[in-house]
Amino acid sequence: MMIEPAPHRPSGFGRRFINAAVAGHFLPVCVVVLVLVCGWYFAAFFMNRAVVLTLMGDDAHPSLSQLIWATLNSERPLLPAPHQILAELQRTVLDVSVTSRRSLVFHAEVTLETTLIGFAIGSCAGVLLAVGIVHSRVLQKALMPWIIASQTVPILAIAPIVVVVLGNIGITGTLPKALISAYLCFFPVTIGMTKGLASPDLMLIDLMQTFHASRRQTFWKLRFPASVPFLFASLKVAIAISLVGAIVAELPTGAQAGLGARLLSGSYYGQTIQIWAALFAAATLAAVVVFAVGLIERVTLAGMGSRR
Amino acid sequence: MSYAVRQQHKAATSDDREPSIDVRGLTLSFSTADGPVHALSNVDLTIRSGEFVSLIGPSGCGKTTLLRTIADLEQPTGGHITVNGGTPRQARIGRQYGYVFQEPALFPWRTVIDNVMLPLEIMGVQRSDRLAKAKAQLALVNLSGFESRFPWQLSGGMQQRASIARALSFDPGLLLMDEPFGALDEIVRDKLNVQLLKLWAETKKTIVFVTHSIPEAVFLSTKIVVMSPRPGRIIDVIDCDFGADRTLELRETPEFLTIAHRVREGLRAGHSYDD
Repeated sequence: MMIEPAPHRPSGFGRRFINAAVAGHFLPVCVVVLVLVCGWYFAAFFMNRAVVLTLMGDDAHPSLSQLIWATLNSERPLLPAPHQILAELQRTVLDVSVTSRRSLVFHAEVTLETTLIGFAIGSCAGVLLAVGIVHSRVLQKALMPWIIASQTVPILAIAPIVVVVLGNIGITGTLPKALISAYLCFFPVTIGMTKGLASPDLMLIDLMQTFHASRRQTFWKLRFPASVPFLFASLKVAIAISLVGAIVAELPTGAQAGLGARLLSGSYYGQTIQIWAALFAAATLAAVVVFAVGLIERVTLAGMGSRR
Repeated sequence: MSYAVRQQHKAATSDDREPSIDVRGLTLSFSTADGPVHALSNVDLTIRSGEFVSLIGPSGCGKTTLLRTIADLEQPTGGHITVNGGTPRQARIGRQYGYVFQEPALFPWRTVIDNVMLPLEIMGVQRSDRLAKAKAQLALVNLSGFESRFPWQLSGGMQQRASIARALSFDPGLLLMDEPFGALDEIVRDKLNVQLLKLWAETKKTIVFVTHSIPEAVFLSTKIVVMSPRPGRIIDVIDCDFGADRTLELRETPEFLTIAHRVREGLRAGHSYDD
């Protein structure tokens, strides 16, 4: 659909910019960010005030501006202010080489690698389980309770066991972490894919019958293509969960590298700013991988004649 | 009644032709929570090669079930069916019929030409051969030039034409159509009726056509099978032959109205319940 050019409006860059800002998403997004940042500064002030006052001693009688400055710039705040996190991010992302162990990019890469391997293993497992469940009632009855039970076990309890067991048989490094990540992310894929493979209308199944199509042909030409939108919806959930799984897996493995390791060492040494910077890096990484899956989804569905 | 004479004459000649579908004492009941439902009861029907047979009746009279049984999509609980001299299952395995559903049932992720080629792919036909056959069928239903469109880009009538092309792509001798134009508006429906008639005349297929529209049945058919519900059974078989080159104006003629009247009478007689 074409958007009609707005009549009776003087042209010029400034005016157009304002129009675009008001009409588009730019302004609302800015307002939301501004509100969040302001709220954060307030929270930082109130949460850090007590600690700062204690450090200053009973005799100090700081003015309000002094107190505000102190709460927003303390070295180990309860809640760091946004600009402190930005400064930390600048220090650990822009100012150091990406190969350095002090670089967040280096740690993010380690976590990303674990995430992607875990995602690949988990998604394949999820799809295979769904194929089994759709084709065999016995498998469905036998597997479904275990699949659901697997997700009720806290991952934090399972993770160290996996690491120890695999370590015992000589498997260390990325694989145990990836397996923990896969353990979390196969579930949404199984559920989504089971739904997707069962989604074709009965009429279409009958149609394949009239062509005397084999089960394999019905699967590849009907069930699988029909399940693709469902698959992508669950892959988007799965990749985010595999990132969480990868970070959690880095905690008990005593990993030296990865965003999880950064979180852990930050909490050991009370480096709240470092923890928050790692959290921001994790959030950014999650956004990037989910966006990437979304992009692949759009290209794939466009090739499959999707309306959008 | 001049058409009665023609009917007798017609009956005499049509008997020479090979029976394409022969149904003897067919019974089919579904068991439901409320007890068995008799979808079909003791149905006898002979359809000869090259005929255009309409099954007409109110909903629940088993016309779709009869078609599905011929197509081996339902299993009878009693009686016999032969399709081209074999069982319905053999006919299905031998891809001896094409089936057109109430809805176009096109795969949304396939283009029109890919949809038409689907049965050929399943049969393992070579790609170049597939393409040629599919294009020929699309030309037959006036869809040339729409090969690379996706189904949602076509109107409802065009989608149903594409699904007819798909059913004909592997050139079966028999075409089974289950209310194919039921979801379309009157004008499109008239147009498609004329096209279908032309297609039938050109291809010499045997067509079994389920409908609940009296004008459609009378206009298209060489034989009208009137069915009635509870239990589903045949209550009248009307021969009707207006020649291959009929036009929509035929529907205003007295002969047409006489047959339509007889169909309506049959349908009314079948309604033993009051509602």
